[in-house]
Amino acid sequence: MIAVLTSKLFFRAVLVINAILVLLPVFFLFNSALRETNSFASNPFALARDPHWENFQQVWSDGEFASYLKNSIIVTGGSLVVILICALGAGFILGRYNFKGNAIIFGFILTGMLIPAKLAILPLFIQLKWMNLLDSHIGLILVYASGALPAAVFIMSGFFRSLPSDLDNAARIDGASEFQLLTRVLAPLVRPGMAIVAIYSAIPIWNDFFLPLVFLQSPENKTIMQGLTVFFGQYASQWGVLFAGLTMAALPLIVLYLVLSEQFIKGLTAGAVKG
Amino acid sequence: MSVSGLKREQRKYIAFLLAPAILVILVFTTVPAVTTLSYAFFKWEGFQRGGFAGLANFQRLFEYPFKDQFLMALRHNVLVFIAIMILQTSFGLLIAYSLFQLKRGQRFFRTVTFLPVIFSLVVVGYMWQVMLDPYYGPINMIINDLGFESFAKPWLGSTSTALPTLVFINLWRWVGFPAIIFLAGLNAINQEYLEAARIDGATEGQIFRKIMFPLLAPSMTIITILTFIGAFEWFDLPFVLGGSNGNPAGATDTLALMFYRLSFGSVDSNANEVGVGSALGVFIFVIVGLGAAVGQHLLRKREVEQ
Repeated sequence: MIAVLTSKLFFRAVLVINAILVLLPVFFLFNSALRETNSFASNPFALARDPHWENFQQVWSDGEFASYLKNSIIVTGGSLVVILICALGAGFILGRYNFKGNAIIFGFILTGMLIPAKLAILPLFIQLKWMNLLDSHIGLILVYASGALPAAVFIMSGFFRSLPSDLDNAARIDGASEFQLLTRVLAPLVRPGMAIVAIYSAIPIWNDFFLPLVFLQSPENKTIMQGLTVFFGQYASQWGVLFAGLTMAALPLIVLYLVLSEQFIKGLTAGAVKG
Repeated sequence: MSVSGLKREQRKYIAFLLAPAILVILVFTTVPAVTTLSYAFFKWEGFQRGGFAGLANFQRLFEYPFKDQFLMALRHNVLVFIAIMILQTSFGLLIAYSLFQLKRGQRFFRTVTFLPVIFSLVVVGYMWQVMLDPYYGPINMIINDLGFESFAKPWLGSTSTALPTLVFINLWRWVGFPAIIFLAGLNAINQEYLEAARIDGATEGQIFRKIMFPLLAPSMTIITILTFIGAFEWFDLPFVLGGSNGNPAGATDTLALMFYRLSFGSVDSNANEVGVGSALGVFIFVIVGLGAAVGQHLLRKREVEQ
């Protein structure tokens, strides 16, 4: 009995210690964003009792930062639109139509999952330059979409396959065209799949700095994570402002995560968990 | 429904819905991936392609001045894989098992455990860089306050501690991922096995070793392979904290950083070596592909049907 109790206590303690190790740096990040830079030397963990909101004001009035955020929203949103539209169409066809070449096309799309985009960065760079898509959001969006699409099509075709085929026949008998079958009947039923695809794709895109680093040069085009590398250099000695900037870059996803944590966990582990 | 049974109209429609996805993948993934292979076999002058080079680029990877960098970076990747594999897998499993034991409040602790995984590595990197600041950083201050002054170090600035520190930061950011995968694996285990073992008088420790751990083999396979791929393509965190040169003094250099320097030039010189870079890219791709394939084959054998 005592052994059971102590082991229960031990595993409880593991979780509490883990939570502290996770939350303490996050608390430090948010708390520091509201402090005056001079106050760090004495006690780095002191609560920001009179919050210095002007740190955020300074980040925001530094014109670049707002534009970084806007660019990230454009790039992430644009990529999502391309990914969802392409994956909905391809997933529908590959998941619900039996035709010669289905398996071959499916196989081709899946090989895309095996190719790490980072290692194809040089030809991609030269190709984008040739297509006049270097230093452009459209070029970046297409590269992100291409990277996320194989898994997205895989996930969507699985969702389409799991729907009963009676649905199609009933809709066809009622005179629905194939297009109406997709948009009116099936698309609403695969919404959970689209949510998983959206999260699976959007988070790595929002967080990425590598592709913008290589493809975007003009300051007015830079995304938030790429911009942070510039920002960090500028404010290296002003910790308060620095942390306000880091907080603003991280906050959108944290807030979304707290609201949709189940979907986030499902979406981000979609490639690794069967079923 | 088969295509032969479809009207022309419907065939067009199939092509219309498939084309966008295929086109985007073909143009922005398949074509660059195939060209990157060909790049390794040509001479390069900046971004201008020259004549056929045979295997010369691969050979140069093993000659001065690339050889030493290459071997050091490779060694770092191997060490990082081993360290991450041991640390993240064992802590991930411990957290997963603790979550599994919890009847109430599991949701809260699960949300907290996974939280760092949604953070950008840029934010994680800079956050820890400040926390590890040798003079004003809270980590060294805590160490000093506890009376271990001699342990307060410039963690990221010294060649002996920089790489282990990066591995630790990586652990902070990633451990929630294996934890959630293992938790899903534990939840998938048929409860009747555990009940039957308990009735037979097995201790919780025996149940974990003899029943749960073997049945977690599929989760272990996927974690090992993802860790392997991640370790040999490790780029973001070392780049954010050590720059493209793997500072301090190459102590955090990796194959992917070297690939980046060869492709686009480094801080010290803008001169790039596209041919050697592509050869290195092919090398990384082969390691990752072979490792994942062999690993999958070996690990799958351990998996048992429930």
